[in-house]
Amino acid sequence: MSDIQAKTEVEAVRREVARPFLSPINQRRWKNFKANRRGYWSLWIFIVLFVLSLFAEFIANDRPVLAYYKGEVLFPVTVDYPEEKFGGFLAVTDYRDPVIRDEIEANGWMIWPPIRYSYRTPNNEIPEAAPAKPSWLYNRETRCQRYPGGVDDPACTIGNWNWLGTDDQARDVLARVIYGFRISVLFGLILTAASALIGVSAGAIQGYFGGWTDLLFQRFIEIWSSVPVLYLILIIAAVLPPGFFILLGIMLLFSWVAFVGVVRAEFLRARNFEYVSAARALGVSNRTIIFRHLLPNAMVATLTFLPFILNGSITTLTSLDFLGFGLPPGSPSLGELLRQGQRNLNAPWLGITGFLSLSIMLSLLIFVGEAVRDAFDPRKTFK
Amino acid sequence: MSETPLLSIRDLSVSFTQGDQETLAVDHVSFDIAKGETVALVGESGSGKSVTALSVLKLLPYPAASHPSGSILYKDTDLLSANETELRKVRGNEIAMIFQEPMTSLNPLHTIERQIGEILKLHRGLGDAAARERTLQLLNQVGIRDPEKRLDSFPHQLSGGQRQRVMIAMALANEPDLLIADEPTTALDVTVQAQILELLAKLRREKSMSMLFITHDLGIVRKVADRVCVMTKGEIVETGPTAEIFANPQHPYTRHLLAAEPKGKPPKANPDAETVMEGDDVKVWFPVKKGLLRRTVDYIKAVDGVNIRVCAGQTLGVVGESGSGKTTLGLALARMISSQGEIRFCGKNIDQLSFRQMRPHRRALQIVFQDPFGSLSPRMSVAEIIQEGLRIHEPGLSAEERDATVVDVLKEVGLDPETRFRYPHEFSGGQRQRIAIARAMVLKPRFVMLDEPTSALDMSVQAQVVDLLRDLQKRHNLAYLFISHDLKVVRALANNVIVMRAGKVVETGTAEQIFEAPQTDYTRALIAAAFNIEATHGGVVSE
Repeated sequence: MSDIQAKTEVEAVRREVARPFLSPINQRRWKNFKANRRGYWSLWIFIVLFVLSLFAEFIANDRPVLAYYKGEVLFPVTVDYPEEKFGGFLAVTDYRDPVIRDEIEANGWMIWPPIRYSYRTPNNEIPEAAPAKPSWLYNRETRCQRYPGGVDDPACTIGNWNWLGTDDQARDVLARVIYGFRISVLFGLILTAASALIGVSAGAIQGYFGGWTDLLFQRFIEIWSSVPVLYLILIIAAVLPPGFFILLGIMLLFSWVAFVGVVRAEFLRARNFEYVSAARALGVSNRTIIFRHLLPNAMVATLTFLPFILNGSITTLTSLDFLGFGLPPGSPSLGELLRQGQRNLNAPWLGITGFLSLSIMLSLLIFVGEAVRDAFDPRKTFK
Repeated sequence: MSETPLLSIRDLSVSFTQGDQETLAVDHVSFDIAKGETVALVGESGSGKSVTALSVLKLLPYPAASHPSGSILYKDTDLLSANETELRKVRGNEIAMIFQEPMTSLNPLHTIERQIGEILKLHRGLGDAAARERTLQLLNQVGIRDPEKRLDSFPHQLSGGQRQRVMIAMALANEPDLLIADEPTTALDVTVQAQILELLAKLRREKSMSMLFITHDLGIVRKVADRVCVMTKGEIVETGPTAEIFANPQHPYTRHLLAAEPKGKPPKANPDAETVMEGDDVKVWFPVKKGLLRRTVDYIKAVDGVNIRVCAGQTLGVVGESGSGKTTLGLALARMISSQGEIRFCGKNIDQLSFRQMRPHRRALQIVFQDPFGSLSPRMSVAEIIQEGLRIHEPGLSAEERDATVVDVLKEVGLDPETRFRYPHEFSGGQRQRIAIARAMVLKPRFVMLDEPTSALDMSVQAQVVDLLRDLQKRHNLAYLFISHDLKVVRALANNVIVMRAGKVVETGTAEQIFEAPQTDYTRALIAAAFNIEATHGGVVSE
């Protein structure tokens, strides 16, 4: 049975290849989406930023991207080389150490990423006590005063600038923003995708079968969604070490509920459509009816919701970080940056950076969400 | 005709803009309505007749809709250039409108008193007591019994006919000079339709109103209209007094419309034919549950002890008003809902089979639904829709073989096989019904349940679909269970007929017996309403 089904699925895929990639209705939606210039450009800007942040290790890192040492090509970004390779004794090489740097430069060369700090690298040469201002606010003498060689020190280059200053532990803010953006978006995306998967399945089952299934599930959801999530996270944070996946898991426990309502309503409505009865009269199984006939209806509502849920997830993570119950200490996070800004009012670059990076990211997503919503609205006309 | 017409539409065009596409829905249309005159606007769906009517009161979705040309003169004011305030004075006050679907045009959350009272208070400034008195008077006029009791009813507590009567009462509330009726009876049973038309004619005589009557049904036009305008593709192709148009149609399209009634005779009844579907004392009772423990206190007997037999190559017509249990009976026989009583299909008992066990039988037992717009999934191409059954019942077929089968069946139902990769919304109603028929036929069934397959279609398309069904029946020796409230179509297709009322069979016999010599008052009332559009009084049929 499943064999046959699998075979028919394969054939179905093969047949669909012959036709245009998007069905006419989706072509119309894509056109409508593009007609919303703001949303369209926001999508592109967001995609570019996100893809760049995925390669954060090649943009901001305390190791060179590529090194050549004694006739050997090294990839320090991806491979941990012990320091003894370069004549030291530590287990992991600190490439920013002047001794190691000089050793490698003498026997080969290094290619540094544009920003020579990772999110956890402290800058030991900041001209004044941390948090230090952005480097371009100092003149060359001040900027280089802590380097052993002063103005002539080879390390006092533009690669070692702190473009957005440092935080109160002398870590580079720009590097932390890049890594923080990545972790926020990834967290949001994974959480949204997982909640959509669970929420849509739960909504589909409730809506399609109705009756007692629906009734019991609904009562369960009512009780479940009245659990105070924040307190629960506090309690769990006290028991388990807070981490990316533990936070994700806890929030997933409660965030899937958001999808159930729309999907369930859509299924309740659509299961009485005549084409669903028609499919049933052909002997089509429940599973196929759900996937082939009903899910596409519900996906419209879900997709419209998605960008807003994504935004909500990011905001929740940020606020947890801000309160100190989020990601473990030292992780790059925008919430933690905001907290630093709040604590160090004398260093406005912290707060301003945190505010701008968050608001730009959230605005981009909201603009995309608006455009998606309009594209799926059949009554909306575009001029 | 008086010298100055009450409403004069001159050179009116309506176009709709969607994206960069502009569609001209109404193309330079002109006609007049004199005082006290009824003008019928006749045409098939998509001919622009409703759009013309809606533009009189500027009810179109502006700015997507626009008027490139024309004027609408009502008592010498141009409504097209009137502003909202002026329009509001005219709307509902001097020109009133009745819509097709009485359920959706009444607010489900307001009582009848509030719905009608609202207009009276708005346009006349009546107080509560005065409005109530006038409402009662209006309800009396439109023939609602016990109007005092009905004042507090909500729309869902009324039957379709009663709802339409309330709509008419609302339209009459301010004694308009012109009533626009947009297919006011299309959603109603034939028996109720006859009553409503009678009521409209009576009210028009009493109040000397003018009426713009929009319909696709020429039978009604002949009954109610003084003059007829025939519309097709946004243009009026012929206009003239009703009698003249019917006696001597000039334009080929008018002739085509007049010739469109379903014709032809069903094959002769053959008592020796093999029985395909048989039901014994079939009952579908829906429990009525009450109280905390949801105990069953009563049953709604949708189908109550019906015996039925359908033979190969024959058609059994099931007729009756809406709510008489025709469709429920059909669904029970097709095992789409649970029922009691024995159901034998091709000699096998199928009434105890589960959904899964029914699967192998589904192939030979097909259903064609009423609404070709609802019964095709909008997200699947025609080929996918037709293939769906094949994938289940003939999983061994290769993609090429399946495709070949689809091409064959599309040819058989008279569609171009090249169109199989298109989506349903690109087809007209008649074409969609052909696709729905193809979906059933591709599995080579023996029994097909046809649930009002023609009632959502235009007249001329109805005739074509009936011809197609009869042709397919002859070719494949199919047994049809044909459910319809439209006796004209039933006469063209069925050799045996059962008449249902409130879940019970009131009369059964061959088509000739039923149509030529009906035995019960109910059947006679149905026939009078369907063929002569005459209302029968005395509570035989519903209101």
